[in-house]
Amino acid sequence: MADRSRAARQAGTTVLVLVFAFLYVPIAVLVALSFNEGGLPTVWSGFSVKWYVSLASNRDILSAALNTLIVAVASTVISTLLGTLLAIGVEIRRRRGGALEALVFAPMIIPDIVLAVALLSFFSMLDLTMGLHTIVLAHVVFNLAFVCAVVRARLKSFDWSITEASADLGASAFTTFRRVTLPVILPAVVAGALLALTLSVDEFIIAFFTAGAGRSSTTLPMQIYSMIRFGITPEINALATIVMAVSVIALAISQRLNRGMVGR
Amino acid sequence: MNTSRSTFLMAPALAWLIGLMVVPCGLVLALAFFQRGTYGGVDYTFTLENFARVFDPLYAGIFLNSARIAGIAALIAVVIGYSAAYAIASCRRSLQPVLLFFAVLPFWSNYLIRTYAWIVLLNREGLVTQFMRWFGYTGEPPSMLYTEGAVIAGLVYNYLPFVILTCYAPLSRMNPELAEASRDLGGSAFTTFRRIILPLTLPGIAAGAVFVFVLSIGNFVTPALLGGGRFQMIGNLVYDQFLTANDWPFGAALSMALIAIMMLLLLVQAYASDRASTRTAPVREDG
Amino acid sequence: MKTNNNRTTTARKILLGVSLAALASTANAAELVISNWDGYMAPDAMDAFKAATGNTGEVVKHATNEEIMGKLVASGGKGYDVVFVSSPFAEVLNKLGLAETIDASKVPNLANLYPEAAALAYDPGNTFSVPYTWGTTGLCFRSDLVKAEPASWNDLLKPADDIKGKTTMLATDRWLLAAGQLADGFSVNEVDPAKMEQVKNTLIEAKKTLLAYDDTTFYSKLVSGEAVMVQAWDGWCNYGITDNKDIKYVIPKEGSDLWVDTMVVMKASENKDAALQFINFMLDTKNHAWAAENILYKVPNKAAMDSLPAELSTTYPNMAMPVAELTKFEVLRDVGDSQKEYSRIVSEIKAAQ
Repeated sequence: MADRSRAARQAGTTVLVLVFAFLYVPIAVLVALSFNEGGLPTVWSGFSVKWYVSLASNRDILSAALNTLIVAVASTVISTLLGTLLAIGVEIRRRRGGALEALVFAPMIIPDIVLAVALLSFFSMLDLTMGLHTIVLAHVVFNLAFVCAVVRARLKSFDWSITEASADLGASAFTTFRRVTLPVILPAVVAGALLALTLSVDEFIIAFFTAGAGRSSTTLPMQIYSMIRFGITPEINALATIVMAVSVIALAISQRLNRGMVGR
Repeated sequence: MNTSRSTFLMAPALAWLIGLMVVPCGLVLALAFFQRGTYGGVDYTFTLENFARVFDPLYAGIFLNSARIAGIAALIAVVIGYSAAYAIASCRRSLQPVLLFFAVLPFWSNYLIRTYAWIVLLNREGLVTQFMRWFGYTGEPPSMLYTEGAVIAGLVYNYLPFVILTCYAPLSRMNPELAEASRDLGGSAFTTFRRIILPLTLPGIAAGAVFVFVLSIGNFVTPALLGGGRFQMIGNLVYDQFLTANDWPFGAALSMALIAIMMLLLLVQAYASDRASTRTAPVREDG
Repeated sequence: MKTNNNRTTTARKILLGVSLAALASTANAAELVISNWDGYMAPDAMDAFKAATGNTGEVVKHATNEEIMGKLVASGGKGYDVVFVSSPFAEVLNKLGLAETIDASKVPNLANLYPEAAALAYDPGNTFSVPYTWGTTGLCFRSDLVKAEPASWNDLLKPADDIKGKTTMLATDRWLLAAGQLADGFSVNEVDPAKMEQVKNTLIEAKKTLLAYDDTTFYSKLVSGEAVMVQAWDGWCNYGITDNKDIKYVIPKEGSDLWVDTMVVMKASENKDAALQFINFMLDTKNHAWAAENILYKVPNKAAMDSLPAELSTTYPNMAMPVAELTKFEVLRDVGDSQKEYSRIVSEIKAAQ
């Protein structure tokens, strides 16, 4: 028994090492290129930190990065909320029609360009002012479908009898949700939220079409894609390295805080 | 009672989807029934010729090829992603969110520069080739870039975290007593996996496979950059109709065909997933 | 563990933040909105424009003609005052009624242009567009890595054995097709189906020896030696020349297309006079010369080209091309209904194995 679980653990560790190596080798290349002396993305010409320096004064890139953060966080929060509620609503039904399933899957299947063009035409028709808010409106559409799918996957093996028991014991629907359902599905909700955030942060075509015209509504993918004509300078690599470094630091801090609270 | 509560819960999301997806897309997809104007606008003469054009063997061929590439990418991503998710779910509870975080962290850089990093690796005299030379390989540099393999590798790479997250969701609260009970009753590790764990986590696998398939088939950047434009995927095709050809009616018809086929596949998957989950008894949760 | 209450409050805070950001973005709205390619104008151009005319302007970027066209068609041009697009697209904007007529009396610097630049086939007299840069498409190659200087488009499409698999072509459909059209002796605006069928077969054959279709990284491929001969715009080849003196540019004997990037004022613009002032500003000798000196493209501005330092033409020979020679090449036109066929042919070529 002990041997089997040790072997299992070794296998698990090997898998993780291999998978993370696969994930991070290109990232290592990417980070290394941020220190490239030359500007070509595929030819190494020496070590330099000049791109980090020029990044600090590149207003376009920095404001685009901030816009991306705003859009991603806003659309993640809204879509996680709506998507989770949708998932629960769908799963508690005994019978779900084809129409409902189709509606819930549709945002994932509709080609991005169709959604992009359709929303722009629609917003123009309504004479709406475009800006970061219209990007958020658009991003929530596909984000909530993904969150819903992830949470539903978890709910398929959820034991509804415990919610019934909670209701029988007199708890209100809201309390049942908050204290019985949510704790159980929380990992799935968090996974869905992470997914939505990742999708939003890197999304270009829909953002391009639903953004207003102006630097105040340019997101980072839009900024980067527009640089493709004259070559993406390593400033972008520098930015990506900083983003990842900041995220790791944020995680480390939150872990330290959590442990601190638990310890007390 | 369940139905009215269900409707109440679904209402905000459904309203969003109807207002911001069904209506706008419906308006654009309706253009499939009209003609492209000479200079690219819409000539509102009713016609079914766009749908006839969809049946051109060229487009069917492109769709099948895209589906094949997306399918292979989905398969590989699911195998790798599920293994990784399983390994993460078997770790200490406190370590799991950290590992998930590091699984998605690479994807907060940018799609383009990650793809450029792959180009640096797979180039004819790129890092992979130099790595091989270091081990004594002296032959012609292998052509890895601008091949179908490069496109598949790029797709798997970019969608792997989604699979990991999706497969992790059902694995995360697996009751370890179930696995122990199965082993105590004489089941081998493999049987335990096959008959207890796998069925319970199947919805996660299905959802993950669907994500990769759907995202891959519509992807037009990876085939352009890693495939050197040598492969035409459905994503490129639809993009081209709307933007390059300025032929919204045909683009709409093509999209409708694509949506119909994918919808069919997804409904089959949803139905199968439903059947699989109702056949197994509900699991007691620790909460 | 976050309770539901915390999540709602955070959500409200974020919504508030987003709304404020959106309001702020409309409050600080620049007067003019100009869409252009990245790096196509001087970084301080808008500040100089403000100093010269008092109008403010903001430049937003687009990466390809197709993207910005899609946006303009879908929104009817709303939100934009001036856009930079290539000639066939300017033609489409005009045909769709989205382009404003240029009032020449408000753009006195039009006099700086070469007479040939006011007689371009897609817009004779520059009634709805004003040319900004122009040039040719040809072969950019490593003179140290090829045995003989290429002389024909067929040197790219049917390459010698030693350079097979080391060539690239442009991925954008009009230029991809143009290489085949010119090699087969046809017009770059050819619409005869039989001739286009022949072009299609030529290009499908050519794909077998091609490395990739590449619009954006081909000159770094030349610099690294991964490719030795590529189809390229003349200005782009100049970037390769900057990095490697062995890189040279040549126009094949069958000829080239004359591409023109133009400035168009949108009919939906609410600041048309300011837009015309902007165009006038860009046509000023010094401003226009910036484009030639920094992005290494030829500009149709006689005053600007004459003011360029001589060394520019010695380092980059294609900058010195006489205008008479340049304008004998055919300009890319919109091909109307045949655009559907063009797209289909390009799909077939790209899908061919």
